[in-house]
Amino acid sequence: MRSKSYLLLLAVTAWLFAFREAFILSDMPLAPKEMLSEYGFFAGNLSEQLPAAEVLPYKLNTPLFSDYAQKLRFVKFPPGQSAAYNPDEVLDLPVGTVLIKTFYYPKDARDATKGRRLMETRLLLHEAKGWKALEYIWNDEQTDAYLEVAGDSKEVTWVDEQGKRRALTYSIPNLNQCKGCHNQNEQLWPIGPSVRQLNGTLAYADTTENQLLRWQRLGLLTSLPTLDKVPKVPQWDDAKAGTVDERARAWLDINCAHCHSPAGPARSSGMFLHWQETDATRLGVMKAPVAAGRGSGGRQYGIVPGQPDQSILVHRLESTDPGVMMPELGRRTVHAEGVQLVREWIAGLPR
Amino acid sequence: MKNYFLSVFMLLAGTLSAQPDFQKKLQRQLILSDDGDTIRLAAGTFTLTGTLSLEGKNDITLLGAGTDRTILSFKNQTEGAEGLRVSNGQRILLQDFTVQDAKGDAIKTMNLDGVTFRRVKTEWTGEPKAENGAYGLYPVLCTNVLIEECEAIGASDAGIYVGQSKHIVVRNCRAYRNVAGIEIENSQMADVYDNEATENTGGILVFDLPDLVQKKGGNVRVFRNKIHNNNYPNFAPAGNIVASVPQGTGILILATNDVEIFENEIINNNSLGTGVISYYLTEKPLTDSLYYPYPTRVSIHDNRYQRERVKYQGKGRLGLMFKYKLRFGRKVPDIIFDGILDDKNQGKAPVCVQNNKNASFATLDAANNFKNVSRDASPYNCSLSPLKKTDLTLR
Repeated sequence: MRSKSYLLLLAVTAWLFAFREAFILSDMPLAPKEMLSEYGFFAGNLSEQLPAAEVLPYKLNTPLFSDYAQKLRFVKFPPGQSAAYNPDEVLDLPVGTVLIKTFYYPKDARDATKGRRLMETRLLLHEAKGWKALEYIWNDEQTDAYLEVAGDSKEVTWVDEQGKRRALTYSIPNLNQCKGCHNQNEQLWPIGPSVRQLNGTLAYADTTENQLLRWQRLGLLTSLPTLDKVPKVPQWDDAKAGTVDERARAWLDINCAHCHSPAGPARSSGMFLHWQETDATRLGVMKAPVAAGRGSGGRQYGIVPGQPDQSILVHRLESTDPGVMMPELGRRTVHAEGVQLVREWIAGLPR
Repeated sequence: MKNYFLSVFMLLAGTLSAQPDFQKKLQRQLILSDDGDTIRLAAGTFTLTGTLSLEGKNDITLLGAGTDRTILSFKNQTEGAEGLRVSNGQRILLQDFTVQDAKGDAIKTMNLDGVTFRRVKTEWTGEPKAENGAYGLYPVLCTNVLIEECEAIGASDAGIYVGQSKHIVVRNCRAYRNVAGIEIENSQMADVYDNEATENTGGILVFDLPDLVQKKGGNVRVFRNKIHNNNYPNFAPAGNIVASVPQGTGILILATNDVEIFENEIINNNSLGTGVISYYLTEKPLTDSLYYPYPTRVSIHDNRYQRERVKYQGKGRLGLMFKYKLRFGRKVPDIIFDGILDDKNQGKAPVCVQNNKNASFATLDAANNFKNVSRDASPYNCSLSPLKKTDLTLR
């Protein structure tokens, strides 16, 4: 009798615990894990970054510059869910989606077989109450990455495409800095996966295919029109992919417009650099700065057509002084090739 | 939710001892704080290399041990465009600390409903120079802003700058050796009173600029301030609108509607005791069709003026204008209206000047190449109904 009541008590306690667990889980469906490996996003050796089933690699036509770091991008949709096509904005990915982005430096940019150093993996998780960012920093042994909210910085060296040895202090953002860029109307929001960025081919494990067509075929994207009707930003550094104007605007769109757009945190400046902007003043043409301070570099206007050296925009892209440079976060060095493209664009603007 | 924070905190506590550095610890506290928390800063000088940020929190107090007792120094800053950044929240209180030598702005707060700066000091040390950051205390796109008993020194734009905000009180503050002491820009419902602005290029500015999200400022009251000896040479980097402010400016009103300036002591500002000007006087291009470039309903009354018998001191285009076009010599008027009028809105005086002590006046007729400069204030002797007091909703 006594052992029976003991068992009953045990059962009730277990049930209560189970209930409590269930309650907590429903409140927090994607509780942050300490190590990246715990999510099971990757198959095999974690550092090889081979996506598990249901995890899909993707790329952007023109990515954000992050101090020459390379990026691996993956998306995991919740089972049976999809996103609806929209031509202008980042896709409205369903609750339960995870975006996974790993930053690395190749040891030698000319020779991938020499290996790479994984720096960090960023997660964006779409929960019922909105997107959440989590930051994982890779250990020196490259066996796993660990949760870190307050950011870090690490010395990194690599050999670039020209065979030149490069070194810099690589910044890993804290969670507030994530939202410094991932911010639309003060809500945390993804930046990259719009159809104009995804509209391009990717070499998958089985075949090379347009990403949007693959997403559609996998049931992840609905209402996709024929590709000739889908907007596309060119690859910024492929002269065959677009005009200087198109490629410079693509570069400005991904590097600047997450802040410099009507719903972005730099809306207070009145300068908008998103892909769809057509108003010359709002793009910065002969627009006086508002709160640039010494960021103006003594120049009068954001963009002076034909005069890159008189344009505040170029001055701020060419600076690494934290009180001057743009973007404000995520770089310690100048994107020389990107700036060259912007210079060409400004030089060619009608005066 | 609490569980999550606790577990993350415990998780991180293990690494905390390995990262004793002040910045990381404080930043972690700011990230993991719960609504309602007070984060205390001990006395001492702390060197930081990157922006501190507080984001998406409500009812947080950041409390130092006192102005000049808790000093956050950003002299060696390598990352971030401001010293402290607070964004997207409600009822934030910043109190009793100093932010020094930030590479960009000292304290920027954005998209907050309810923010109090109390006994906060922002400064750039050494001689004022163009390399200093732009703004000291810098709320933008905020509502219910209280700035009291603060000090702002050395900003290369404005020491205390409230931009594109609504419901603002700035009182009992001291701003000196900035380009602009206190500036209210594209902001609505602002009371600026009992402050001291001295040794700036310009003491207090009320500006409306084009091409911004919040288009229109208005209902700005500037009263009982001591605005004196603002004759510091302009050290703003060129391109910024304040780079055109003449040294020796007490109060300057640019293209703003509904401004009331009263009971101020406006002493020894040797160029423009009080200027009221249109955006056209800046000679910058204008394409924003929703922007109104003329000041209207500006009331200047019951102030006391005094100035030394010296020549106009401003340089640049405005300086040339005074030297070659206006030729006031040592008799520079205390109150100057550029006289640029909206053709579509004739009839009422855009500026009323009444009952000021010891005030001389001139209107410049700047639209007609200064043909009819007049020192006759009588056409502007009118009164406007008093503007509304600003009420704040704070905790």
